[in-house]
Amino acid sequence: MSDQHNSPASNDNKVRRLDIATHWQLIWWRFRKHRMAMTGAAILGVFLIISLFAEFIAPYGSHTRNPRYLQGPPMGIHLFDDKGNFHLRPFIYGRINKRDPVTFRLRAVVDTSQKIPLRFFPRGETYKFWGLFKSDRHLFGVDNSFVNLLGTDQLGRDVFSRLMYATRISLSVGAIGVFMAFTVGIFMGGIAGYMGGIADEVIMRLMEFIRSIPTLPLWLALAAALPRDWSALKVYLAVTAILASIGWTHLGRRVRSKLLSLREEDFILSARLAGCSDARIITRHMLPSFMSYLIVDLSVSFPYIILAETSLSFLGLGLREPIVSWGVLLYSAQNIRTLAEMPWLLVSGLFVIIAVLAFNLMGDGLRDAADPFAK
Amino acid sequence: MLNLLTRRIIATLVTLFLISVVAFILIQLPPGDFVDAYAGKKTQGGVIITQEELDVMRTRLGLDQSFSHQYLRWIGGVVKGDLGFSWEYHRPVADVIAERLPLTLMLAFSTLLFTYLIAVPLGIYSAVRQYSVGDHAASVIGYIGLATPNFLFALILMYLGQKWFGMSVGGLFSPEFEDAAWSLARFVDLISHLWVPVLVLGTAGTAFQMRTMRATLLDELNKMYVTAARAGGIPEFRMLIKYPVRMALNPIVATLGWELTNIISGAPIVGIVLSLPDTGPLFINALLNQDMYLSGAMILIYCTLVIIGTFISDILLMILDPRIRLEGRI
Repeated sequence: MSDQHNSPASNDNKVRRLDIATHWQLIWWRFRKHRMAMTGAAILGVFLIISLFAEFIAPYGSHTRNPRYLQGPPMGIHLFDDKGNFHLRPFIYGRINKRDPVTFRLRAVVDTSQKIPLRFFPRGETYKFWGLFKSDRHLFGVDNSFVNLLGTDQLGRDVFSRLMYATRISLSVGAIGVFMAFTVGIFMGGIAGYMGGIADEVIMRLMEFIRSIPTLPLWLALAAALPRDWSALKVYLAVTAILASIGWTHLGRRVRSKLLSLREEDFILSARLAGCSDARIITRHMLPSFMSYLIVDLSVSFPYIILAETSLSFLGLGLREPIVSWGVLLYSAQNIRTLAEMPWLLVSGLFVIIAVLAFNLMGDGLRDAADPFAK
Repeated sequence: MLNLLTRRIIATLVTLFLISVVAFILIQLPPGDFVDAYAGKKTQGGVIITQEELDVMRTRLGLDQSFSHQYLRWIGGVVKGDLGFSWEYHRPVADVIAERLPLTLMLAFSTLLFTYLIAVPLGIYSAVRQYSVGDHAASVIGYIGLATPNFLFALILMYLGQKWFGMSVGGLFSPEFEDAAWSLARFVDLISHLWVPVLVLGTAGTAFQMRTMRATLLDELNKMYVTAARAGGIPEFRMLIKYPVRMALNPIVATLGWELTNIISGAPIVGIVLSLPDTGPLFINALLNQDMYLSGAMILIYCTLVIIGTFISDILLMILDPRIRLEGRI
């Protein structure tokens, strides 16, 4: 932004815009310039759309079995057929079941004589969108056959559809977990930083104690303590709470140190002289002045929770069927034999990596933008 | 200094005491106890067990006593080196763990060594040659390394090893050395298998430390004393090592304990995926089977390792930079 100051004659308008811009506008302008961070944000946008419209994007339900295509490899979408002719409508090749001459098992093989055109917005399986409206429209599908873009698992369930549903669950675990951690962190950090004294001492010791325990063993022990007969939904909420119970210390520490340094500022003193209550001073005057830093911390703590959930579910201690998350999908790829037969089951791992990468990139950009007055 | 050390040791002991309480609460948390789990297993096998038998078993194992009583009995034994009895293995916990702990320790320290041996030089290189191809490549690998969960990395390595080299990368020994006595050949075999878990466990930490090293060194390189040293005519490499790198090592050393926490934290799950004969699978099975003394002892050991690591890193920090006063942080 310095170049705008160097040539004031040509950029007079811009300079004025810069001078009257609000704090959040400045942050946004700065963030916009960070190309990697914008990429990360765009990727997360796609993930958000997937999790909002999972039922619509997925051609099948997360537990619908396709007995005609068990352990089927991913299907390619083609525009050119095997003779090199171009088709405007994308198509997939059909599959026929043949017996393997060596193992005598039924195996689906590609049948290039069958071209099945991909249809958009067809009617398919009925679902309840967000559990509210009934519908049977899907984004894509085929007539009188099946389409499994990312293949199927042992039971013939569509990996692509399951992945769409899993994205929703995994991101929601992250979002709810971060929200819980955020609330507890602001509350505890707020008490410690604003009250000081014994409260500060006790809370700081508690935070240090929690941080000194290795997280994964602690998470494992807590998750193993959940009763086995709980419903999948109850387990989901409990696991999220467990993940948040350790994540809050980061935010709490940040809130405390910021509050401590702000306590001595003049504008806080004048607020106090004007007769503001403590709660009002914290929420109206102190919090907004370091909100941008908290948002950075939020975006950085997201991936931790997602990675933790994936690890727990992968071990079979976190979420479990019928709820599908990225970790639950990876649970079936645990041993090397399944992996060698069905490497496409690892694709949910790819989603984990991309999501965490996107969060980290966005976090870097936010960190740079959080203080728009820095050079 | 001595005063400081005693205070640190006292604080560490208090933390250890608190951790032992938490560990005991954690292993008591699951509904039901070992007797229930045992009865469930036996019933599945078709054996009929009466309520009296279960009660006798509970009394014998001391499970019918109050929480504080059980805790005192347990911690009293732990202080004397008796970690309790593993019901699953029908042997003292100390024996079960002693078999596997050396491998965990070896894995943890090899990983720590690997992390710093790679991260520090790479970080220096990235900072000195900022925006070069090598710097960008290191950042990309670093970002991906940070984003990949350990177990997924292990799975991918296993898959690639199977597919391209037709070998299994799991385990720590070749079949012929599995039960052999310790010998030079067995040790060499161990080293040749150890790199896989070390790579898996160390990549995220390496990426993180490399980025820290790069960032702090970049800050230091712009300072006046660097210019002054250059003007004094010291050869560039010597100047680098002697002044800015020494300063930039502070945050690296300060996070040593934390790095160890991460490694210890990640070890169990990697141990399971790669089926290593270390404490990881032991710990998770103990949790699943409610073998409470075994899982309690493991939690205690993991935490103790971490606390020792933090302690060492604090002392290293004091030696490296005498200006840092540690009174404030216990």
